[in-house]
Amino acid sequence: MDKFRMIFQFLQSNQESFMNGICGIMALASAQMYSAFDFNCPCLPHYNLAYGLGILLVPPFILFLLGFVLNNNVSMLAEEWRRPRGQRGKDPSVLRYMFCSMAQRAMIAPVVWVSMTLLDGKCITCAFCTSVPVKTLGNASHAGLSQGEIKRVLARIPCKEIYDGQELIANEVAVRYLRCISQALGWCFVLLMTTLAFLVRSLRPCFTQAAFLKSRYWSHYIDIERKLFDEMCAEHARSFAKVCIQQFFEGMSTDLVATRCHPPRKAPADVGEAAEKLLGITDQATMNTALKSWHKCKPPLHLHPPAIPRSNGWAGEGQRPAHTPVPRREMAAYYSRV
Amino acid sequence: MEHFRMIFQYFQSNSESVMNGICGLLALASVKMYTCFDFSCPCLPRYNMAYGLGIMFVPPVALFLCSLFLNRQSLVMLEEWRRPQGHRKKDLAVIRYMCSSILQRAMVAPVVWVIVTLLDGKCLICAFSSSVDPEKFVGFANASPAHVQQLLAKVPCKDDALMRNNTSRKAVSRYLRCWSQALGWSILLILIVAAFLARWLRPCFNQATLLQARHWSNYIDIEQKIFEETCCEHSQFFAHKCILHFFENMRQEIRQHRFNLPRDREGAEGEEALLRGITDQGQVNKLLKMWYCEKPPLDVNWVTQR
Repeated sequence: MDKFRMIFQFLQSNQESFMNGICGIMALASAQMYSAFDFNCPCLPHYNLAYGLGILLVPPFILFLLGFVLNNNVSMLAEEWRRPRGQRGKDPSVLRYMFCSMAQRAMIAPVVWVSMTLLDGKCITCAFCTSVPVKTLGNASHAGLSQGEIKRVLARIPCKEIYDGQELIANEVAVRYLRCISQALGWCFVLLMTTLAFLVRSLRPCFTQAAFLKSRYWSHYIDIERKLFDEMCAEHARSFAKVCIQQFFEGMSTDLVATRCHPPRKAPADVGEAAEKLLGITDQATMNTALKSWHKCKPPLHLHPPAIPRSNGWAGEGQRPAHTPVPRREMAAYYSRV
Repeated sequence: MEHFRMIFQYFQSNSESVMNGICGLLALASVKMYTCFDFSCPCLPRYNMAYGLGIMFVPPVALFLCSLFLNRQSLVMLEEWRRPQGHRKKDLAVIRYMCSSILQRAMVAPVVWVIVTLLDGKCLICAFSSSVDPEKFVGFANASPAHVQQLLAKVPCKDDALMRNNTSRKAVSRYLRCWSQALGWSILLILIVAAFLARWLRPCFNQATLLQARHWSNYIDIEQKIFEETCCEHSQFFAHKCILHFFENMRQEIRQHRFNLPRDREGAEGEEALLRGITDQGQVNKLLKMWYCEKPPLDVNWVTQR
């Protein structure tokens, strides 16, 4: 399992690798969906074309959009595009890089679907069975059928069990013909896509490599910065919550002391730890009051100054202590001109 | 099993990931449920529509409710909505954000069920086989109106005596299936386009408010978890002290009733201290009986007042 763990960590190490993983999964899902999908040609003259082309084109479009929807970088890109300029300039080449890399990854699942559909042949057979050249492959003058009748008969080619035009054109001949064209189209499509991918990959270093490296770096930077910001906010929320709850219990304990008629004797030092762990709540009634108070009267989102930890710079709200160390400000700026 | 543990840890790392994980699992469960379910159309004129539409719409409602109650965030949101204001103001934007994220995730499994149903086609064939126009299909155009309804209702049942090897049945079935699949793909397309637009356009409106709402909704969740952890730790310590006190009281009681007990050795350590002065069967039985009949009060004030 060590190898699996390494692969998992590698994929998670940056967003691009993670997206490559998702992209691979979607390609597999696309292949699986195609094999699970029960293709059902209607075998009626006008419906065939709509159904066949629909199955060829609509699912790839859906998969393409899904590739964008599942990609977390979409919101990052939109945010970077729409943010006010503030003190940091915006670099359109970074945005273009992000968009291109997302679009390239989103293209893979649709390409897999279209290739599988064409190589399988059912869609093209269904869509174009009424356009089979009967004159060359069959017996066009047979039985003097009208155009409409011929079309109706030809529309049933994909449905072998109800096909009744064997004298017009043999079913196997038509299916083989259409399948051959479909597979030829499929292989040409695969060849075209791989050639395009190859060209894009190999020609890029010949042009604007420096600009490309810069855009890639800054797009990774934006991604990492956003993740770190989210992590720091989560850590801050955790510390804030801990201190808030601690102060809530302390506040309860102080209230109790104030309402008791006789204050308890000062607890000796050796029971300090026990008292601390008990948070000042030592009987059932007090605990019930604490729980009720937690629901009915949550403490304000405002920490008291003595509780603010001084080790990190997140001072939250409240007064700053008198001697804060001068915070080190690390400036990071990226320049938009190469 | 280590890779399951790693995947599990990744998903537990924050509550949004947990919710996404549950949502994905429910979607897979929904597909699995559909494939395991043995669809059995009644093939009777009025029952078909009820059965077909029932199977298409009732399980999604159940899945929706299931997603809502499996999601811890819905309880957190309800609590935040209903709590009295107290010292902390309520932020409606946070509650709205939580509500919309819960609803979006809860919709996934029902939508998956509906789309799988439509792409499969059996439900629609069952529900609408009686509603097709018999004139379009050769085998049914010649039957009498009363008979044709019965025949059409039997279309979903391939093995019925009347319908076996009936080409018109296959034609009707194929026709309805084609419509069902077209509807399924169209609904999927519309939903994906809507999701895509929502993803792209959201940062264009109120991004700052959204970031704030997301942060505070996360905070509320973390705060609730930490409060529960604190209460749990407190109750552990409380219980420990309470039981110690109980044992101590028992030991004193036993000492009072026996005159010839050896003097307790001061500074008894290790296992003798763990025995806490209860050293024979009779004493243990008495202790257990006391624990059941007369539980000690929930009061450890003696800890702070000793």
